[in-house]
Amino acid sequence: MGNYTELLRLLAYLVGIIAFAALNAAYLVWLERKEAAHIQRRIGPKEVGPYGLLQPLADGIKLMTKQLIVPAGADVILFKVAPLLILAPAIASFVTIPFSETLVARNINLGLLMIFAFASLNVMGVLIGGWGSNNKYAVISAARAVSQNVAYEIPMLITAITMVMVAGTMNLNEIVMQQPNIFKWYIFRFTASPLMPVAFLIFFICSLAETNRAPFDMAEAESELVAGAYTEYSGMGFGVFFMGEYANVVIGCSLATILFLGGWQSPFGVPADAHWSLFLFKPGILWFLIKLYLLCFTVIWVRWTYPRTQFYGLLNLSWKYLIPISLFNLLLTGAMLKVFQS
Amino acid sequence: MSHLAQTQTQETFVLNLGPQHPATHGVLRVKLVMDGEYIVHAEPVLGYIHRMHEKMGENRTWAQFMPNTGRLDYLSALSYNFGYAAAVERAAGITVPERAEYIRVITTELNRISSHLLWFGAFVLDLGGFTPLLYAFDDREQILDLLESVTGSRLTYCYFRFGGVYNDIDDNFVPGSLAFIKRLRARMPMYHDLVTKNIILMKRLIGIGPISAEMCRRYGATGPVLRGSGVQFDVRKNEPYSVYPEFNFDIPVYHECDSMARYMVRMDEIEQSMRIIEQACNKLPEGPIMAEKAPKIIKPAPGDYYFSVEAARGSFGVRIVSDGTNTPYRLKLRSPTFSNLSLFAEASQGMLLADALALMGSLDLVIPEIDR
Repeated sequence: MGNYTELLRLLAYLVGIIAFAALNAAYLVWLERKEAAHIQRRIGPKEVGPYGLLQPLADGIKLMTKQLIVPAGADVILFKVAPLLILAPAIASFVTIPFSETLVARNINLGLLMIFAFASLNVMGVLIGGWGSNNKYAVISAARAVSQNVAYEIPMLITAITMVMVAGTMNLNEIVMQQPNIFKWYIFRFTASPLMPVAFLIFFICSLAETNRAPFDMAEAESELVAGAYTEYSGMGFGVFFMGEYANVVIGCSLATILFLGGWQSPFGVPADAHWSLFLFKPGILWFLIKLYLLCFTVIWVRWTYPRTQFYGLLNLSWKYLIPISLFNLLLTGAMLKVFQS
Repeated sequence: MSHLAQTQTQETFVLNLGPQHPATHGVLRVKLVMDGEYIVHAEPVLGYIHRMHEKMGENRTWAQFMPNTGRLDYLSALSYNFGYAAAVERAAGITVPERAEYIRVITTELNRISSHLLWFGAFVLDLGGFTPLLYAFDDREQILDLLESVTGSRLTYCYFRFGGVYNDIDDNFVPGSLAFIKRLRARMPMYHDLVTKNIILMKRLIGIGPISAEMCRRYGATGPVLRGSGVQFDVRKNEPYSVYPEFNFDIPVYHECDSMARYMVRMDEIEQSMRIIEQACNKLPEGPIMAEKAPKIIKPAPGDYYFSVEAARGSFGVRIVSDGTNTPYRLKLRSPTFSNLSLFAEASQGMLLADALALMGSLDLVIPEIDR
């Protein structure tokens, strides 16, 4: 009997995670278009449904009814596998994300490690898609994506290691539990390292670069490479790439929220007499989503206000600034831990 | 770009940039021989929208060619109207009344601002910044509304006539122009704060795409490209025509020779054009807008005539050879963008693709004017 409930739980989470990823992709597109419109003093989508809220549905139907054209000379298998290689690891990463204290599909002790393992897979999607589509722009884009991901994974992982040192665990839920109110959020944990806000910034910049978001959208770079690795994709092939991109944005922002901004914890902390725990004080999924979408909003905001960096500028930023700073932070944190704990 | 010399291998490939590519803003095709992301050799391929404007001119009466001039450079059509009208007026010996000259200058300068604004937006778009385009279009829209009220069209103007202009300005035009200048003056600091001083933009433009004055001379590049290379040449000052000598304005010159210099030249030119419009609006004389003795059928005396004006992209020249009949014997248009594009092949050698596209954007190409 116990096995059945476990199976049901698994199924419910699978459906829930896929629905969450798909809805996020759809409505982040809506948010992106609406936000871009308001930044540019336009209105944005407004015809389909109230405030254009059904626009993602219309977009989805349009993409699904379109033919998936495989260009002549393309490697058919690689070409078709590539979009899935971006989306699948992103969806798998959702398994360990704690949406609230109890709402987590699998509370794995190595949750953080698992997410990074899946995140390094997602560059394969761009590489294979770019290589498989038999298009020179796509190949350039694939080469760019790989060197970009290699460059940015290093400072991101160094920052993550720093966080693991401070938290003493890789279990995401436990990391969240260590940050019960805004003063104990890791971004403001100056007793661990005075550079914590910088670490957050590095992590955020790296997750922008990892997910190929502007101003680091080297792999797409529409004014240089047409659409980069996605040039030859049509219909849902393109749609899946974009679902994957937005799923990765959500994963990146979730991780930033969990590691630095207290995850599902309320910023005000839980008061001692819990019976007047209004929703403001109650930790839970609401707080997680608020923080998550504020970060997503920032990601989109950055895209529509900055021009694209130059490619070597992007690599210089990582190798010359982010990596040394994050390494210094790692050493500093280690030293401070040693001093204060002994 | 010494990097290229060190690493260049025989393993190059050909990349077709265009004829449909987001950065070429039209049907320009550039054949690039690439070594990785470095350009080994670039070859612009022209002619995709060649419409034989010069041949058309030889088969029409002098006046019938006027609409064609608005279809060369569709972003600053009035300068091309101006060049052709002034060339024929010189050949036929027609003098233009002062009010008409003032109106010509005001409308042409407004058109220049609108062209530079559109370039500004499109250039930042080339660099991956989407938002400034919409703001620039918002400002440009005000100019188009003003010009529409006088010329009757919004883009491909055919407003000038031999001996004047076709339509007098209405009562709202002068106050409208002054109000627009006030508005744009308030917006320019915003553009400079948000775009010019943006660190990413500065990194992508400063020192990128050097074009020396010597190279400009060899290819005959003019306009902001030349002025960004430190040469103070502007037809409005160096070979003054119309009523330009009566106005007080500067020719912005930058000596850095890079994409940023060309960017700054255009941004400063917007401000200088605003100064010209302001002075012209305040001094606008009363009087006729057409020369009274302008003949209905133009038959310039036989001869060879050349006239050039400063268009938004450089010096636009019209050479006409008349045999005394009502059609030109030969009509040669010297369009600035053709020369400006010609230097792209040399200037882009050894550059990264993304930098070369920034360089191409800074040349401000309008393809119909190259192909004619």
